[in-house]
Amino acid sequence: MINLELPPKLEAARQGSRGLAEQLFRPISRKYDKQEHDYPEELRVLGGPRKAKTAEQIKEEQALRELAKAQEAKDEGKVKNGNNVQGIVSVTEMCRGDVGLMLSVPGVGLGNAAISAVATPEQKARFGHCYASMAITEPSTGSDSANISTTAVLDGDEWVINGEKIFITAGERCDHVVVWATLDKSMGKAAIKSFVVPRDAPGCELVGLEDKLGLRASDTATIRFDNCRVPKDNILGSPEVDAKKGFGGVMQTFDNTRPTVAAMALGVARASLDLTTEILKKEGVKADYAKDMWHSSAIEAELYRMEAEWDAARLLTMKAAFMSDNKEPNSMEASMCKAKAGRMGNYVTLRCVELCQAMGYSETELLEKWARDSKILDIFEGTQQIQLLIVARRLLGLSSAQLK
Amino acid sequence: MSEQQEPLFDLTLTEDQQLMRETVSRFATSEMREKSRAADEAGEAPEGFYERALELGFNMVQIPEDLGGMGAERSPISNMLLAEDLAVGDMSLAIGALSALSFVNTVLDQGSEAQKKKWLPRFAEEDVHQATIAMMEPQARFDSTDLKTTAKKDGDGYVIDGVKAMVPVAASSEVMLVVATLDGEPAAFFVEAGASGLAIEKQDHMGLRPLELCTVKLEGVKVGADAKLGEKLDLVRMLDLGKIGISALAVGTCQAVLDYVKEYCNERVAFGEPITYRQSVAFMIADIAIELEGMRLLTYRAAARAEQGLDFHEHAYRAHLQAAEKGMKIGTDGVQLLGGHGFIREHMVELWYRNLRAIGILSGCVTV
Repeated sequence: MINLELPPKLEAARQGSRGLAEQLFRPISRKYDKQEHDYPEELRVLGGPRKAKTAEQIKEEQALRELAKAQEAKDEGKVKNGNNVQGIVSVTEMCRGDVGLMLSVPGVGLGNAAISAVATPEQKARFGHCYASMAITEPSTGSDSANISTTAVLDGDEWVINGEKIFITAGERCDHVVVWATLDKSMGKAAIKSFVVPRDAPGCELVGLEDKLGLRASDTATIRFDNCRVPKDNILGSPEVDAKKGFGGVMQTFDNTRPTVAAMALGVARASLDLTTEILKKEGVKADYAKDMWHSSAIEAELYRMEAEWDAARLLTMKAAFMSDNKEPNSMEASMCKAKAGRMGNYVTLRCVELCQAMGYSETELLEKWARDSKILDIFEGTQQIQLLIVARRLLGLSSAQLK
Repeated sequence: MSEQQEPLFDLTLTEDQQLMRETVSRFATSEMREKSRAADEAGEAPEGFYERALELGFNMVQIPEDLGGMGAERSPISNMLLAEDLAVGDMSLAIGALSALSFVNTVLDQGSEAQKKKWLPRFAEEDVHQATIAMMEPQARFDSTDLKTTAKKDGDGYVIDGVKAMVPVAASSEVMLVVATLDGEPAAFFVEAGASGLAIEKQDHMGLRPLELCTVKLEGVKVGADAKLGEKLDLVRMLDLGKIGISALAVGTCQAVLDYVKEYCNERVAFGEPITYRQSVAFMIADIAIELEGMRLLTYRAAARAEQGLDFHEHAYRAHLQAAEKGMKIGTDGVQLLGGHGFIREHMVELWYRNLRAIGILSGCVTV
C-alpha cells in the first residue's frame, strides 16, 4: 500500500532529534565554526568514552538479538520501517541543527557503520562500544579507492600496517580507526581489507588536522601508520583474497552510509530553506502555492522549485533506506539518492544565500555557513561523479572496465 | 490480515494494483506503443482504439453499483498508476483514453446526486461514450485561477461565453465540463454536444497529434439550472487532481525515453566502442534515471495523500513543477543522446520530445 508519509512511530524519534538539534547544536553552531579545532565540550553530555562491556552485558545483548530475530521471523513478508528509515529521519533533523556537530557526537563514527555492516558477532562484542572513524583516502588516492598503497602484512599473530591516511573524519577524537589496507597490491581491489586499529596502538600517529571550507566543527585528520601492529582477528571480513568476490566486503558499507550522507544534505538544505522562508516572509514574500510558477514572483517560484528539489531528494533517500530495511539490494538507489541530495543540498544552500543577499552572505546569519558546509556532502562517501558512474554502470549493465 | 498495522512508509503496491499494472502495460505495448508513430502521422487514434481501451474497464470501476458501475472507492493512486502505465505506450492516446474517466472522477467528487445519476451510467456501458473537460484558454499567460470564459445567470439557467483551448477529444465528446467564471468565482457547467452557440474546431499542435485537441468557442451558450456542477466548485482540488494525472503522464513518457536510450546507446558504436562507455553519455542516462525516480516519488506521494484524504495541494504543485521541468529535460536529452538520428521521425524520441513539452502547459485534463 503506497504511503510516503512519515510513520507515526517515527515521530518521537524525529522530535527527539529535532530537540537535540535546536537546543544543543544550533546555539553553538557559529562558535565551533570559528574555533575550528576545539572539541565541542558541550557535546560530552551525549556520551563520552564508553566502557567495555561485561560478559553479562554481552550475554544480555545476545538474548535481545535472539528475541529480535524471532520477531523478524514472525514478521517475514511484512513491510518494515527499521533502523535505516529511522536513521534518515534522525540524521536529517540533527543536520538541520549542525552537520559538523552531528559528526562530532562522541561514539558515532563512520567506522562504526563499517563495523556493524561486516563484523562477526565476536568482533561486534569487542568493538561495538568503540568510537571508530574511517580511514580510506590517501594523499594520492581519493575516489580511486581500489588503488590504495597502505599495506597490511601478517606477522605471526599480528597484522603489521604501514601507510598514510588523510581526510579521516573524527580521526583525532575517535578511539579506534577502521583502516583500509591492501594485503597485496598486485592483486588489485580483491586484496583490500579493513582493519580495526586502536588509536593508541604504537605506530598509529596523528600527523595533523585540516583547515577546511566548512564542516569546521568536525575534525579531519591525517594519521600515519608506522609498523603499527594489531591482533590477527582485528581484520573485518575474511582474510582470504578472493579475486572473484572483489570489493564486496568493504564496499557494502556504502549501501548504508550513502543514504546517511544524503540525509545530511537534506538536513543542511532544510535549515537553509526554513530560515530563508522565514526571512523572506518578514519582507512580504508569501510562498503559499496560490498561483502557478509563471504567475508568482521570481523569488516565490524559486522557493517552490527548491522545495520540490528537496522533497524529491528526500523521497529518493527514504526509498533507498526503505529498501535496505526490507532486505532488497539497494546499491543503485543508495547512489541515486546520494547524487540527488548532494547536488540539491549545494544548490539550495547557495541559492538561499543569494536570495537573502547581504543578509545571506553575512556571518550574522548561518546561511553562509550552511552554504560552505553543504559542499562536502557532494564529495565525501563518493563524489557526485562517482555516484553517477555507479548508477550508470548498474543501469546499463556495464563493468568498470567498460565504463571507466 | 490478522492485526491492523499502523501506517508505514511503504512503496509496495497492493495485489490488485500489481495485476492492473500488468494488464495495462501489455495493452500499452501492443495497442499503443506499436501504433504510436502511425497515429502521430495520421493525427488520429488508431481504428477501434477507444473501444479496446474501454475493455480494460477502468471507467466503470468507481461508478456506484446502483448506477451500473462496480462501486469501488475513489482511488487517486490507481488512477495515477493507470496514467503512468498508459503513457509508457503513448501520451496522446493515454489522455484520450482517460478523458471520460477524468470527467467521471470530477462528477463523483463534486457533482450532486442528481448529476451523478444523470451523467454517470453511460460510462459503465459497453460502448464508447466520450466526455471531456474544457479548462484551458488560448491566451499567453493563461492563469487557471483567473478564467476569461464567463457564465451569467440567465432566467433559470446560465449563459456561457468564451474560448477554450487544447480541449482533448472535444469533437467526439457527448458532454464537456466547461470551467468558467460566475460572479467572480469559478464554476463548471455541463455543456452537451450540439448546443446552440457551441463551435468546436480541431486544432493541430506541436505534439499530442492523435488526441484531437480542439478549440471550443462558446457564444451565448445556454444551459439549464441543473447544468452547474455541484454547489460550489472546488477548482483547486480539481486542478490538483489534474496535476497528479499530468505528472503521471510525464513519468510514463520519461520511462519510455529511458528504456529507449538505454538500449540504443548501448548498441550504438562510435570510436570503436559503444557510446555508453563514455561518461558524457552514461552520465546523461544516469541523470535521466535519477530525476525520473524523483518525479515519480513526488507524484506517488501527492496521489497517496489525496487517497488518504490529507491535504495535497502543495504536493501536487511540486510534483507537477518537477514533472514539467525534469520531464522536458529528459525529453530533450532523449533526442540529444541519439544525435542526428534523434531528429529523424524514424525514432520515437522526437515524438516524446514534442509530447513532453505539453506537460508544463496542460491543465485539468487527466483528473485522478
